[in-house]
Amino acid sequence: MKQKTLHRPGKRSHSEWAWGYAFIAPTILGLVILNIIPFFQSVWLSLQDKYTGRPGFGNYIRMFTQDGLFWRSNLNTLVFTLLTVPVGVLLSLLFASLLNHNIKGRNVYRGIFFLPLVCAPAAVAMVWRWVVFNSQSGFLNYLLSKIGITGPNWITDPNVVMFSIAIVAIWSSIGYDMVLLLAGMQSIPKVYYEAAKIDGVSPLQQFRYITIPLVSPTLFFVIIMRTMNALRQFDLSFMFAKDTDPTFPAVQTLIYLFYRETYVKLNPNYGSAIVIWTLLLILALTALQFRGEKKWVYYDN
Amino acid sequence: MPNQVATVRTRKKIKKGNIVIHCVLIVASLLMILPFVWMVLASFKTFGESIRIPPLFFPHSIPGKVFSGEKGLGYLFTNYQFVLQRVDYFGQLYWNTFAMIAGRILLAVFTSSLAAYAFAKLNFPFKNFLFSIVLVQLMMPNQIFIVPQFQMTVSLGINNSIAGLIFPGLVSAFGTFFMRQFYKGLPNELSESAMLDGCNHWQIFTRILFPLTKTPVMALSIFTAVFAWSDLMWPLIVNPDNHQATLASALSKIQLMSLVFKTPHLMAVSVLAMIPMIVLYLVFQKQFVEGIAMTGLKA
Repeated sequence: MKQKTLHRPGKRSHSEWAWGYAFIAPTILGLVILNIIPFFQSVWLSLQDKYTGRPGFGNYIRMFTQDGLFWRSNLNTLVFTLLTVPVGVLLSLLFASLLNHNIKGRNVYRGIFFLPLVCAPAAVAMVWRWVVFNSQSGFLNYLLSKIGITGPNWITDPNVVMFSIAIVAIWSSIGYDMVLLLAGMQSIPKVYYEAAKIDGVSPLQQFRYITIPLVSPTLFFVIIMRTMNALRQFDLSFMFAKDTDPTFPAVQTLIYLFYRETYVKLNPNYGSAIVIWTLLLILALTALQFRGEKKWVYYDN
Repeated sequence: MPNQVATVRTRKKIKKGNIVIHCVLIVASLLMILPFVWMVLASFKTFGESIRIPPLFFPHSIPGKVFSGEKGLGYLFTNYQFVLQRVDYFGQLYWNTFAMIAGRILLAVFTSSLAAYAFAKLNFPFKNFLFSIVLVQLMMPNQIFIVPQFQMTVSLGINNSIAGLIFPGLVSAFGTFFMRQFYKGLPNELSESAMLDGCNHWQIFTRILFPLTKTPVMALSIFTAVFAWSDLMWPLIVNPDNHQATLASALSKIQLMSLVFKTPHLMAVSVLAMIPMIVLYLVFQKQFVEGIAMTGLKA
């Protein structure tokens, strides 16, 4: 306490202000220039006509009333999200709980599941598209034929291709989600399980009444993050079909549509309207999930 | 005695349970690895072998010619040579990707740590408001900034350059948020006693606190690297020139040249593109996995 009075608090805090502002300056300036201003620019662009420059809701009206591809890409995006998020999260939860046992080689398994994450989606998509999914010479249909199943045309059938993309997406993301969930599970105190064991609680019930509630904050985070990522999926669709392919209408997601409108058809105004709509969709679904949060997510403190 | 019997029994039960778990995990691991195995095998096949029905597991013709002595050892890599001759700027792609990742890591770590220290340890007016600027960006999909960001790179004249690739990664909202958690956890006594010794905040930051954050800095670096490495849209847009592409954006273009490159060539390109990151991952596996776990749990 004595030391502080020696330093004359007024002067010291003023210099502290200066240091504080200097230290945050690069980040705040960067965020304002790179993100905040661009955000408003995107909103403004979406409210302008590309050719006349006149402000208005023309892009949004066109999007909602005249663009069948827009609704199709909404559908594709939602289908992709509904296919990947529940299955991906459930599988990650399953493997995380399996690895949560005291078994040999846990790090080896964890390392293998994590492997797709360090491979760029572009490379991963290429491998799946050309050697795994190929309907005749691909390995997947060969393996399926061994167990008596005639596999579909994974790449060329418009009704199937989104399932194929979802499989690749789940395959790529399981490791990441599993690592997060496993870390969450390992922070649960062992005492709970020991007490449950003494009371004769079965492993399945332990999972239901101890593991799930205590890992629920991590699980909630994983679901939120996975949903956000799924709603802006681009890479896999882009690698699986180019715009001249017959399967293209079935794989085009919202962000793929945004990419094409902006950089292929060179209409950044319309593209911005699409990306703003995507943002609203993400915010709405995230808000919905936060409303449901209280019902099932358990916070210790 | 009955007690002992019971423990033996539970031990047996556990072992049986473990065998089932191992079986499930081994099957799942195989499914995770098989695409990589097929990729590598396919990169050593001839085109004819790659489209055989039913599929051929091991390549015959190319290794056969090498082992019979008909061709030299180099012929084994004939698909790789084919690709590298036609994409003769492949080395440049490695460099572009590396420079983009390294640049983004250095910038994110430096600017985020500095801001995180200020947000966690210093007091200044409007601190909470300024921090909310950071927080609000965590929710935003980065595609929403892309059009204006691209226009900025055009007016700065940094398209088709490494600066253009790094550009959106100059600062990191996530990094600031993430590092702040760690600076908040560091005891105040450290900086207070340094202050009494006459250190200013820059010296406290660089000499005392920053060196204590090695683990989160490593985690942030890995996180930044993995996401920069996966990024496809930004490199496609900002660096349309083939020579200035990253590995990811180059792959998407090479795939389109189906008249030149057949499946074995595409797989050779994939192997070439994946190898550096996989090697890094195998060497630093623990840091990768734990770093990513940390970025997830602290966020």
